[in-house]
Amino acid sequence: MRQLRFLLLLGVGVLAAGAVPVCAQAQPTVLLNVSYDPTREFYQEINAAFNRGRVGKGGQPLTINQSHGGSGMQARSVIDGLEADVVTLALAYDIDAIQQRGLIASGWQKRLPENSTPYTSVIVFLVRKGNPKGIRDWNDLAKPGTAVITPNPKTSGGARWNYLAAWGFARCRSGGSDATARDFVTRLFRNVPVLDSGARAATTTFVQRGIGDVLIAWENEALLAVEKIGKNQVSIVVPSMTILAEPPVSVVDRVVDRRGSRRQAEAYLQFLYTPEAQEIAARHHFRPRNPDVLARYRTRFPAVRTLAIDRDFGGWAAAQKTHFDEGGIFDQIFQRGK
Amino acid sequence: MRPRLRRHVLPGFGLSLGFTLSYVCLLILIPLTGVVLRARSITWPEFVASVTSERALAAFGLSLGAAVVAAVVNGVFGLLVAWVLVRYRFPGRRLIDACVDLPFALPTSVAGIALTTVYSPAGWLGQQLAPLGIQVAFTRLGVIVALTFIGLPFVVRAVQPVLEDLDREIEDAAASLGATRWQTFRHVLLPSILPALLTGVTLAFARALGEYGSVVFISGNLPFRTEVITLLIVARLEQFDYAGATAMASMMLGVSFLILLTINLLQAWSRRRGALA
Repeated sequence: MRQLRFLLLLGVGVLAAGAVPVCAQAQPTVLLNVSYDPTREFYQEINAAFNRGRVGKGGQPLTINQSHGGSGMQARSVIDGLEADVVTLALAYDIDAIQQRGLIASGWQKRLPENSTPYTSVIVFLVRKGNPKGIRDWNDLAKPGTAVITPNPKTSGGARWNYLAAWGFARCRSGGSDATARDFVTRLFRNVPVLDSGARAATTTFVQRGIGDVLIAWENEALLAVEKIGKNQVSIVVPSMTILAEPPVSVVDRVVDRRGSRRQAEAYLQFLYTPEAQEIAARHHFRPRNPDVLARYRTRFPAVRTLAIDRDFGGWAAAQKTHFDEGGIFDQIFQRGK
Repeated sequence: MRPRLRRHVLPGFGLSLGFTLSYVCLLILIPLTGVVLRARSITWPEFVASVTSERALAAFGLSLGAAVVAAVVNGVFGLLVAWVLVRYRFPGRRLIDACVDLPFALPTSVAGIALTTVYSPAGWLGQQLAPLGIQVAFTRLGVIVALTFIGLPFVVRAVQPVLEDLDREIEDAAASLGATRWQTFRHVLLPSILPALLTGVTLAFARALGEYGSVVFISGNLPFRTEVITLLIVARLEQFDYAGATAMASMMLGVSFLILLTINLLQAWSRRRGALA
């Protein structure tokens, strides 16, 4: 009995000890950045640079933890209670989903400059050595006999940009309409032999397994692939028109208000817009928003005509409903392509 | 034997039963009830529509079919592997014995990536198979291969201990009484290992039905052709359609439960029959 009482006391003691830091958290020193897959190395460098700046101004460095995974899965984790101070995801649709559950204030995308997207990318093609199929533009992808690799837009947020870029191309051609666009993406997806569940898996299928003639990918992934496996193996083709992929960022209001970390979290996100951070983004193959930095990296990021999700597709909510929800156009083209 | 009042073997039966029940509740029943409750947030017609759409049915058919095939293949070859490991002594036996557990320990996505690397048309097994007109990766065959891979240890580990306990002399006796090899297997060995074999096959089947990690890499995920039900569930979750996802999940839950229950009843029945014979 005495032992039991001792154990109980011990338990209470441990609990109390655990509770102390919670009570005394006037200055949180830890932030959690919940991000998507290909930003791991980028944010490692950002975190170091951000802390250098803080220390330079006489502040304390913050411990910034990172979590990476598929964008939609990360959003679900935050919805289900992962204590993210900031989210930096692949598409606004995923942050909208968090907002709809009341964790982020509505109108979040207006809080930071440039649609809350400090860096962007575009959708490009990766082709094999010497471009044997002579792929120049989107219409080459819909030709019979071309094998196209792209992940499944139903499971990969990144792949939705790929699909919309193809749709937009067909829609904007002379004589283009929703009907011709639909026909075009149907033919394009008939050429897809493997629908991987995520972007990295699709890159592996194309690069490592040697499947397909062309990979539709984010420019940052394509540049990374070229850098990793060599210019003589694969090369990038920029189509005549593409979509501006905007991976946005936001603080998670409910978390930062409860933890008292709003000031730090906001400073962290604002830091992404500084020339220093923009430079880091460019080095990690994301297109910087800052025009001066972009100009310095012009050879890496050629100018291209781009569509925008808000302007040309009426925003993510509409695009999602029309194209990717159950029974949407993407489901229908496979229903027919059966 | 006349039934009579008898003390239970375990002391504190009430306590241990209570513990068992709350443990099972906490660990299994409550989370699964959560799935069903969440599915209830959609109306019945919506539920029916989402689980009986052509695509969901095709995916479910593939998951179920591939899991059955994989379990049967594992039943035959797992038994063989267990037999060889128990009955023969050869160099490297312990090593192979340890290898059997690898599919347990390996993260399933690693298994999927490894299998795809080997079986893709450019991979070194895929290259050999391509001239024969056999494509494994990105076909239904690939799904079966992945499910067989992850299910093997269940059968081997279920059968192995029973085989070890099996008395060799019974086989010798059967042989000396004039039984052929097949008769010895069919009438002497099989009845004693059948319950364990069935358990192993059931476990392999159940594991295969819910598999996601390894399959998504090797299947190619083409709707109506190589899309499994677990991928469709994840696709629903990507759309933040929790209700739709849990609707499909609870259908899977129901069907799996029915199948497992049936197999358990069959097993009980075969045991009873075995006891009578």
